[in-house]
Amino acid sequence: METAFTPFASLGGGLLIGLGAVLLMLGLGRIFGATGILSGAIFVESRDEMMWRLALIAGMILAPGALFLATGTMPTISVPVSPAMIVIGGIIVGLGASLGSGCTSGHGVCGLSRLSIRSLVAVPTFMVTAAITVFLIRHVFGG
Amino acid sequence: MKLIFALFTGLVFGTGIALSGMMDPAKVLNFFDVAGTWDPSLAFVMGGALIVTFIGYRLAWRRAAPLFGGRFQIPTSTVIDRRLVGGSALFGIGWGIAGFCPGAAIPALGTGRWEVVLFLLAVIVGFFLRRLLPSVQPKAAT
Repeated sequence: METAFTPFASLGGGLLIGLGAVLLMLGLGRIFGATGILSGAIFVESRDEMMWRLALIAGMILAPGALFLATGTMPTISVPVSPAMIVIGGIIVGLGASLGSGCTSGHGVCGLSRLSIRSLVAVPTFMVTAAITVFLIRHVFGG
Repeated sequence: MKLIFALFTGLVFGTGIALSGMMDPAKVLNFFDVAGTWDPSLAFVMGGALIVTFIGYRLAWRRAAPLFGGRFQIPTSTVIDRRLVGGSALFGIGWGIAGFCPGAAIPALGTGRWEVVLFLLAVIVGFFLRRLLPSVQPKAAT
């Protein structure tokens, strides 16, 4: 399935993602890593540690609705993946991102901009395995 | 006040995710499908995010402490081990299968699609599996 090339919306969205990461560092002194934020809201260390994560997650969930209020258009997504593959992929994402201590936001955005050596290893690793996986599913197994 | 700030920060990040196309699995999978229906848009997402974060972090760190107190909590480990490489490799495989990553799926919950709920529940199962692994000390993810 083709998707439209959207360099301007994607760049603008990226700038906002970066702004969110900077705000969290400026305000709370924390890395904006979605894996750590989600797991920290589930495996609770203290009430305070849980509350800011829940507030952050609530703000993230409100975003599509806020965009709808601002623009009159609800952002749409299409999921060209079967429910079984979503479950399998999700489990592997949860296991892998927690083992590797980060995902696209933590290692990708925050880690690379800090020039973290661990993130400089992690990001190319997951970009390459994701590309190989998509290639195998779409062009070898014909998913 | 701190919680309102966190809510606003999440809203800014989530709006970026929604605008950028990151929360659309069709777009994410096409970004990786260089040999097929390639859509390079998401390179612009990472580019834009990195420019702002690279500069903004350094400006934020000029302060002695974050606005709401405490200290800047920045990972200091430089260890490249099997856990980092293997975990990241697995993460990429899962991302390539499902088309969602955690930071994109949380804002995508706001679209009300059931697939997103299913994905995030599976991610949480993955977190629990990680904690079942023997002889691995759970370390805070970034």
